[in-house]
Amino acid sequence: MTKLVTAVIQPHRLDDVKSALEAAGVRGLTVSEASGYGRQRGHTEVYRGAEYTVDLVPKVKIDVLVADEDAYGVTEVVIKAAQTGKIGDGKVWVVPVEDVARVRTGEHGDDAL
Amino acid sequence: MDFTLDTGNTAWMLISSVIVLMMTVPALAFFYGGMVRGKSVLNMLMMNFIAVGTVGLVWILYGYSMTFGGSTTGVGQFVDNPFEYFGLVGLTDDKSLMAASGVPALVAVAFQATFAVITVALISGAIADRIKFGSWIAFTVVWVTAVYFPLAHMVWGGGFLGVGGKVSEWLSTPIDFAGGTVVHINAGAAGLALALLLGRRKGWPTSPIRPHNLPYVMLGAALLWVGWFGFNAGSEFAADGTAGRAWINTFVATCAAMLTWLVTEKIRDGHATSLGAASGVVAGLVAITPAAAAVDSFGAIAIGAIAGTVCALAVGLKFKFGFDDALDVVGVHLVGGITGTVLIGLLATNKQGGWYPDGAQNGLLYGGGATQLITQILVAAIAVVFSFVLTYVIGSIIKAVTGLRVSEEDEVSGVDLALHGETAYETLDGSRVLTEVN
Repeated sequence: MTKLVTAVIQPHRLDDVKSALEAAGVRGLTVSEASGYGRQRGHTEVYRGAEYTVDLVPKVKIDVLVADEDAYGVTEVVIKAAQTGKIGDGKVWVVPVEDVARVRTGEHGDDAL
Repeated sequence: MDFTLDTGNTAWMLISSVIVLMMTVPALAFFYGGMVRGKSVLNMLMMNFIAVGTVGLVWILYGYSMTFGGSTTGVGQFVDNPFEYFGLVGLTDDKSLMAASGVPALVAVAFQATFAVITVALISGAIADRIKFGSWIAFTVVWVTAVYFPLAHMVWGGGFLGVGGKVSEWLSTPIDFAGGTVVHINAGAAGLALALLLGRRKGWPTSPIRPHNLPYVMLGAALLWVGWFGFNAGSEFAADGTAGRAWINTFVATCAAMLTWLVTEKIRDGHATSLGAASGVVAGLVAITPAAAAVDSFGAIAIGAIAGTVCALAVGLKFKFGFDDALDVVGVHLVGGITGTVLIGLLATNKQGGWYPDGAQNGLLYGGGATQLITQILVAAIAVVFSFVLTYVIGSIIKAVTGLRVSEEDEVSGVDLALHGETAYETLDGSRVLTEVN
């Protein structure tokens, strides 16, 4: 079985998280831009005295496919690398994946990781 | 008047004509373009470009004649004859507006063309994101003909607000060295009238309408500042000490205005912003324009410093009164223009290299009594009322004939696509996050 580990983190932690995952043996990942808010909500910007609340703040989303038994460890690696202790650090979650296939070879399951 | 060519003065006026044109395209176009959203930046640039096209044409055909045709009596107190020099035919150097400094008539036409162009272009900031392109084109032609040419004639072309005019006989000669009334109060009041006629943009003022490219705004403001030396020092019509005085005042007032705008917003909002610096620069330039040669260094610093703070506060008026003047043409140009025009009444002097026209007097703080102050307040009020009322009438007529505003759907999806069939950027949401971290 395979698991999908998804992390939404602060953009400035991306480099550290990437390095940590690589060091932990993760061989591939997908990064995308995301925007959203959690408990920290957005922030305010002032233009010529007019205050605008920016609800959705920029985040980076990382998707990693891992073997079942690695899911917990990868989650911990992400947490350790992404954590600043400040509000807005993000979330990591794990979901089961029914099937994975490598397009080049047609392999399925953990062989495709 | 006999004409003797002065090549030095003529060279300076040709250079000024070029750099003042630069104030509209690209400077003002990008100053405004950066402040609108990414979905309407092309339309903002186009409104400025097309203003050069239409106003440039009518200026050569009949605009110069209607403004500087030489009439000073009767109707000539208000407007000149469009057919006196139609197509510039019959305009000889001895009749040059700048004959006294040996600058040929056609060079005077060129320099003044750039003033008509930028005054019209300035209005576009108030009406960003929502006016039909065809209606704007029609407006530029009608407005410059019915409002700009007459007002410029009244102040500079021998009309009742200029040297030897009626106001000069009753009180004193109004001082408007380079266009506080003709350009800035005029464009500001017109922008207010059009913004009221068009109504608020969808979502204003509750949802964020943020500047999409502040570097464009900074670049535009910086180019405006450079061009403004042609605008103000060029308005001397000669390369001499008075032009130097205008240059110094244009420089130092702007320095002061940038600082006071930034201090004001630092105290009020917590940050000194790039938009604030750019806005302060323009506010200072606007305010010193009518006073450029008519105050000393201290007067220029005072005008700039006061304008920076006053305009930083005035951009909040639209929220108080609920009119959607998108890019603050009222807060910066109308309020800045009035500030500069009125402060002349306190600070005018012809010492320290300063100069003002025959019949004008020193300001109240320079021992001249209150006469010049009353004159300046009067001429500012006349310019506001004249421009606002006529613009409202012109705008109402265009609204009735072709409509002014784009459909709500086009406004939301963006006027660039709706009006021009183009978008400025490949992805409107931008790929900001990843490029910032990598």
